[in-house]
Amino acid sequence: MNWAIALPEIVLAACGLLILVIGVLRRQDATQICTMLTLGAFLVAGGLVLTRSAGVGYFGQFTVDRFAVLAKLLILAGAALSLMLSLDYNRRQGIGRFEYPVLMLYAVVGMMGMVSATSLMTLYVALELHSLALYVMAAFARDDLRSSEAGLKYFVLGALASGLLLYGISLVYGFSGTMDFAALAHALASPAQVSPGLIVGVVFVIAGLAFKISAAPFHMWTPDVYEGSPTAVTVFFATAPKVAAMALFMRVMVGPFGHLLASWQLVIEIVSVASMVLGALAAIGQTNIKRLMAYSSIGHMGYALIGLATGTELGLRGVLVYLIVYLFMSAGTWACIMAMRRKGLAVEEIADLSGLARTDPALALAFGIFMFSLAGIPPLAGFFGKLYVFLAAVQSGLWALAIIGVLTSVVGSYYYLRIVKVMYFDAPGEAFDRRPSMIGFVAAATGLFTLFFFLFPGPLVAAAGSAAAALFG
Amino acid sequence: MNAAGFPVLSLITWLPLVGCGVIMTVRGDEATVASNARWIALWTSLIVFAVSLVLWVEWNPHDPGFQFMESLPWLPDYGVGYKMGVDGISVLFVLLSTLLTPICILASWESITRYVREYMIAFLILETMMVGMFCALDFVVFYIFFEGVLIPMFLIIGVWGGPRRVYSAFKFFLFTLAGSVLMLLALLAMWQYAHTTDIPTLMHTHFPAKMQFWLFLAFFASFAVKVPMWPVHTWLPDAHVEAPTAGSVILAGVLLKMGAYGFLRFSVPMLPQASAQLAPLVFTLSVVAVVYAALVALAQEDMKKLVAYSSIAHMGVVTIGIFTFDVQGIQGALFLMLSHGIISAALFLVVGVIYDRLHTREIARYGGLAARMPFYAFLFMVFVMASVGLPGTSGFVGEFLITIGALHVNFWLALLGSLGLILGPMYTLYLYRRVIFGRLTKPDLRGLLDLKPREIAIFAPLALLAIWMGVYPSSFTRFWEATVTQMVAQHQQAMAAPPLLPPKVQLAEATSR
Repeated sequence: MNWAIALPEIVLAACGLLILVIGVLRRQDATQICTMLTLGAFLVAGGLVLTRSAGVGYFGQFTVDRFAVLAKLLILAGAALSLMLSLDYNRRQGIGRFEYPVLMLYAVVGMMGMVSATSLMTLYVALELHSLALYVMAAFARDDLRSSEAGLKYFVLGALASGLLLYGISLVYGFSGTMDFAALAHALASPAQVSPGLIVGVVFVIAGLAFKISAAPFHMWTPDVYEGSPTAVTVFFATAPKVAAMALFMRVMVGPFGHLLASWQLVIEIVSVASMVLGALAAIGQTNIKRLMAYSSIGHMGYALIGLATGTELGLRGVLVYLIVYLFMSAGTWACIMAMRRKGLAVEEIADLSGLARTDPALALAFGIFMFSLAGIPPLAGFFGKLYVFLAAVQSGLWALAIIGVLTSVVGSYYYLRIVKVMYFDAPGEAFDRRPSMIGFVAAATGLFTLFFFLFPGPLVAAAGSAAAALFG
Repeated sequence: MNAAGFPVLSLITWLPLVGCGVIMTVRGDEATVASNARWIALWTSLIVFAVSLVLWVEWNPHDPGFQFMESLPWLPDYGVGYKMGVDGISVLFVLLSTLLTPICILASWESITRYVREYMIAFLILETMMVGMFCALDFVVFYIFFEGVLIPMFLIIGVWGGPRRVYSAFKFFLFTLAGSVLMLLALLAMWQYAHTTDIPTLMHTHFPAKMQFWLFLAFFASFAVKVPMWPVHTWLPDAHVEAPTAGSVILAGVLLKMGAYGFLRFSVPMLPQASAQLAPLVFTLSVVAVVYAALVALAQEDMKKLVAYSSIAHMGVVTIGIFTFDVQGIQGALFLMLSHGIISAALFLVVGVIYDRLHTREIARYGGLAARMPFYAFLFMVFVMASVGLPGTSGFVGEFLITIGALHVNFWLALLGSLGLILGPMYTLYLYRRVIFGRLTKPDLRGLLDLKPREIAIFAPLALLAIWMGVYPSSFTRFWEATVTQMVAQHQQAMAAPPLLPPKVQLAEATSR
């Protein structure tokens, strides 16, 4: 048995245990050292991911291919960025405890398992590992009512979604007799013989996964959880789990259910349109920046789903480019949001940003770049994400999706522009506190990536292309 | 390489960004930063203009194709490359952009006092986007520059604009964006059909008739907003009124030309059948624009709004010229675009001069300025005459050629289109009379000073050009004669050629894609 294929996950999990022990045994506050060790563990895991050769292990339950490698690197990058941002934030909010990095580490282990899963069982176990860690993280500010509420809400709705997913999996298993992706793909090769029960199962699986990527109409938890959770946790929610769940979604839809494209395409299209429309319209009325970003993330998942709805290699390449771009620009946006702090208290109203261009030009510039990029204005990175999914949609003849997509992006650009307007056009308010250097570093790094993506799109697009090709064998 | 021996187009496109980089490094107190930013921006834009003169000197008027070509791989897997080049249609607009930018920076020298550094950076970025857009020979690169213009312009209107700047900035941004995302869909469809976004290749690609129809509408949505054509022109008066003077200058001088340039670069050569089929629609909208905008201009109380509506009317004449598919018509359209780029820019600057002194643009607040500001009154007169198309000025040549072109199409079109020549003088001269002539009765006008040397430096090149273009037009038309002749020949060829496939098959093919 080729057990070493899961070495990055095994090493990471072992590091997690070790860090937990260190945290418990040290007498003084261990947050700093545990965070640093976790970052180190992410780095090691990243190195191991890069050096693993492709293959299948654990009796077909676990696969490493170019797709998994790309997704894992993105997950690790997202987690590392949000962990860097969390250290100072958690300390200032009085929730700096060493369990935080450990929980994040196990969530990452779960996500890495998700993107490598080639059996419905591995999929479910890995998904639960990552979800349980996230539920706890949402409620990490345990003395804060909103955070506890967010954790509880996320848990209850998440449990419901897990139930739907599990029910779908059992239906699929019951009607096909196998959980293995390759065997499923083989069994479903002739869609004519597929029973309606199995299709129902697939729809339930889609519902469960759509919940995880917060696509409408399974998005209800997103605004409350984004708003209620400590911002450090929200950063994490907005980056790594989105990539993991989307990658899992792609693998499941084109792998075992690839031959059922005609059956599930319409479902994904509907979910995609609903997310884009909701993301564009519902965000307009928001006054809280965290809530606004929650709706924006719903919209963005809608755009990414356009690529999935095509079910083609080009479409998946588009989704992957979208995820790469989205990961960095949303991490950067959240870094800017974390810098919003007055007299030691975090503020999160959009009005608090007024006149930022005067009081803190560098932060306003970075924020502005992210907003224009999220709106999809060239030459910023966000435009290229959209370009590839729309290209795939046009190539597959999904004109309705492409047209709705571009129109909602115009509507959506309104609320991104509104933030630019508040920062640049309005009279300055009180200045924010001096921001820690880590926030400046993350915002600058992701900002430069977003700004100069257009100079070097080739290698990243090629990496996404070969990852997408790996899914199609 | 190319005729210049060095990548001149990339140099003039990207050099302004180097200036931005230098401005960003300036340190010191606010006054030092502001003054350094002004000087750096001015020198950068002057150097860019000097380099761009290479195009004027090295131009080969006998070559109808693209010159000064450059090409670099960018996204080779997708058939997209970084490709630059100019032909007769685009070359003078590159020069117009590089000429107007230093003028704008000079015009903002004293009137902009807040965020001077950011203002100069925004203008230099804007210059990169404008020049890049006219030079781009790859559709994706073109689109990036075309939309990239929105970001600096949004900020220029919103940060440095007048009282209703927020409303105007949003309206400008959303109108233009809504149009251009539809062009994005057209871009994707062409990309998917031809497997390349290389503009010269796309020009020789034959698109099925039904596909052409939809592509034309998508392009039309984008370019009609940009031109702007009636009824999607409403963003323009708002944007002009609220933008700072230099913002209006660039908006009228260059950004409006982007729409007409788009028609000439994409719609007419790539979609000949659809262009011919839908030309009546364009003519109708243009004639409405000419008459309607002129009548609205007549009723304006705000000088900038009046000039803005006159822009709409003039651009209506330009679109008539483009869709005549006639050598004279298209040449006239190009000439009028160029002339309008200089004259409308100058008229906004003229308004800016007295706005800087009295901080109002209300026509009724002025009167009898000729007594206090004779030199100003003279320059104003030059631009007014050029604007109404007095023979001997730049405006006349364009309008005249377009009228000839329109006559080749239809007598009534020529008649209605040239109504602009009658209505134009009405509102423009009326404006001039109310501001310059009459008795100087208002007390606060008595203290006004005539033009300063800086302002003369701004107006002198524009006035010279307006007269040069009118007196000796062939030093400008020589640039595009070969290109336009070839373009019209290709259009006629495409129209005369029998369809490649019987209509039924073509239809099925178009719908199956």
